Amino acid sequence: MNAPVLRLTGITKRFGPLVANDAISFDLKRGEVVALLGENGAGKTTLMNILFGHYVADEGSVETFGKSLPPGDPRAALDAGIGMVHQHFTLAENMTVLENIALGTQAMWRARLDRGAAARRIRKLSGDFGLAIDPGAVVAALSVGERQRVEILKALYRDARILILDEPTAVLTPAETDALFRTLKLLVAQGLSIIFISHKLHEVMAASDRVLVLRAGRLVGERRTAETSRSELAALMVGQEIAPATVAPAKVGPPLLELTDVSTRAGGGGAALDGVSLTLRGGEITGLAGVSGNGQAALAALIAGTMQPLGGEIAIGGATVKEWSPRRALAAGIARIPEDRHAVGTIGDMSVTENVILERYRSARFSRLGFLDWRAARGFAEEIIADYDVKCPSPEARIRLLSGGNMQKLILGRALDPEPSVILANQPTRGLDVGAVSYVHKKLLEARARGAAILLISEDLEEILALSDRILVMSKGRLSTPSARGERTVRELGELMAGHAEAAA
Amino acid sequence: MRLEPKPAPPLGVTLLFPVAAIAATLLITSLLVLAAGASPFSVFYLVARGAAGTQFAALETLTRATPLIFTGLAVAVAFRAKLWNIGAEAQLYIGGVVTIVLGTGALPLPSFLLIPLIMLAAMAAGALLLLGPAVLKTRFGVDEVVTTLLLNFIVLLFVSMLLEGPLKDPMGLGWPQSQRVVAEAQLPRIIQGKRLHYGFAISLCAAAIVWVIMKKTVLGYEMRAVGHNAEAASFAGIPVNRVLMKTALLSGGLAALAGFSEVSGLKGNLTLDLSPGYGYSGIVVAMLAMLNPLGVVASAIFVAGIFVGADAMSRTAGVPSYIADVMVATALLTMVTAILMSRFRVRWR
Repeated sequence: MNAPVLRLTGITKRFGPLVANDAISFDLKRGEVVALLGENGAGKTTLMNILFGHYVADEGSVETFGKSLPPGDPRAALDAGIGMVHQHFTLAENMTVLENIALGTQAMWRARLDRGAAARRIRKLSGDFGLAIDPGAVVAALSVGERQRVEILKALYRDARILILDEPTAVLTPAETDALFRTLKLLVAQGLSIIFISHKLHEVMAASDRVLVLRAGRLVGERRTAETSRSELAALMVGQEIAPATVAPAKVGPPLLELTDVSTRAGGGGAALDGVSLTLRGGEITGLAGVSGNGQAALAALIAGTMQPLGGEIAIGGATVKEWSPRRALAAGIARIPEDRHAVGTIGDMSVTENVILERYRSARFSRLGFLDWRAARGFAEEIIADYDVKCPSPEARIRLLSGGNMQKLILGRALDPEPSVILANQPTRGLDVGAVSYVHKKLLEARARGAAILLISEDLEEILALSDRILVMSKGRLSTPSARGERTVRELGELMAGHAEAAA
Repeated sequence: MRLEPKPAPPLGVTLLFPVAAIAATLLITSLLVLAAGASPFSVFYLVARGAAGTQFAALETLTRATPLIFTGLAVAVAFRAKLWNIGAEAQLYIGGVVTIVLGTGALPLPSFLLIPLIMLAAMAAGALLLLGPAVLKTRFGVDEVVTTLLLNFIVLLFVSMLLEGPLKDPMGLGWPQSQRVVAEAQLPRIIQGKRLHYGFAISLCAAAIVWVIMKKTVLGYEMRAVGHNAEAASFAGIPVNRVLMKTALLSGGLAALAGFSEVSGLKGNLTLDLSPGYGYSGIVVAMLAMLNPLGVVASAIFVAGIFVGADAMSRTAGVPSYIADVMVATALLTMVTAILMSRFRVRWR
């Protein structure tokens, strides 16, 4: 057997009371792809940040090629041959591919970059590993998949022998994912070792040699990929068998929200809506799939009332809307579960009580003559805490101190308590643990059963497939034709997500 | 060095921050005192005695605290909504101008009508003065720190022009000063023959009212929500811009009351040295109070005590009274540092 290129011994990292990594040890061998599998929040990213020197572990040590790695020093990690491709890219957008790759690799006092040699080296690397890219292209003009290639090239250019990929497929289309996996195969054939972080089972099965499963900060399992199965990994990952949600057939009601040929400006760093028509009916969950940045943010902002339509019509319960704002959306019975619960859904430094009345503090229930009724507000907070099973020390606790799942339950309670007719759920389960995810799903299905119209926007295709009665795919600001439950295969949906027009039937 | 966020400390610890900041301030300024060739202990003792050692000293401190309470409240209200009003000085002077315009005989009314009327008019003028920067901020994204700060100089020059022109006292022997307000427009003294006037009582009422607004009312809730997270507030349907307008009106009005109370209660007329920077000291007062309206009263009395005490000290100890400015400025810096340390843990690596 060959010696490990990387050895982690007893890595422990605490953030206050939270143990993000609990005595984690493992080896990585030459020419091996190890998948680090775990739910969001299991501690995968923390572990890799320790490895790369962004965090300092409270206990434990890291060895590369038999030598111990000084903690908390990214430069030392780079020198030791560790390259990291972050989930969020770290490229200078206004510079070229070549400049981004060579940035920081040459001594500062060298007056001039040797562009010719650098470009030759990049071309050679990209040819060898199937990472097609033009070194002269400006990064701003590249697609997400191409930018990821630049990040990988950046690591290879610095002679990385160990490559860490943090959720590399989260931003890719299915075809780009396949290309990435082919590149990984070529890299390990050259003797590189790869740690591949993911919470998607099928990718782990497709791309890795060995799987390490993390749960709640602890290493709970290690399997050879060839000798395991998706269901075994899923059970390890969540610690319990997951029963697929059984969904009663939809009892479709009247149209409650209709968008007709709506266009907007670009929103949330993504595409603008371009002539979108959409009807949400009572008793039905409409799933919106798509690679992020294709206009989902604009559509969510439009329905939430924070963005104005530039053209087209919004009708609620059959009546066309003239003026549009968050307050009008709320008054029209639209509940909103925002994508970012920290920055948009809650006010971190205010209490649970102050947060639950945020959308309704003007109602007669909570205020009179300009004075707030704190007793009623506190009572409401206690109600939500009890009904939605929120774990928090008291209604006076600052909401920042709650875990993501409990925060989301509060938002859910705040949104669903008035029995809204339309529910906009934008990434409602992102980053939640399995228990919280199934809780959110249960509540959405309950709302569906009582006749609410639900728009579920999610990057998690499995979630969309499990819950939606009708699926739409968003690409470049436009919507595909809808498909009923089970009508399109995952591959067909993937094609639509990649922006390929629907093949003629 | 890097900063990591940490959970908020309990209330008891939070109350220690101003104390720790003041202790650090004394430590730092004692170096300057030593450099001036005096003993820090005797100098600080003389400052304390000069601020509160006699009835005269204590009343003088409260008199000096009165305008600071108003400007401190103005700043606390605005900063709570993250509206950075650096222009309390200008709003104070406008309040003084209105008091002179209405209070020098233009309105033949009895005291119980005239004084409330002048107060309301002064508040309205101060409110309007801050409304301009607030509109520029919400409409065009103009930084209100710049506009309110620069307005201080504009308004001071405007007052100087008035005192050389329309408001100049014809009997003033050519000095740039206004006529005195009529007896009906004067705030009475709380104790006969002493300088402490009813402006102090009004400032205490103002602090109580602002406390109620911030704690109990819809407006206070909206202001805090906007200040803590404007994006989430807007998503939840709070009209952020309108809340900022209301905040500006309230803040400007409170600062103008400082000018009213100084002219009507203490000075009797308007001069260019109506305020030795009360508007700016209001920022220190509000920060030391951690933007709490009731805390503003305590911190205003503390800051006033340092100024009054330092004056007395410099007469006997020979250390310049500028030490008061240094102490107040240092107190602001140490307090801001203490607040930072309460939210973040400093990691050296």
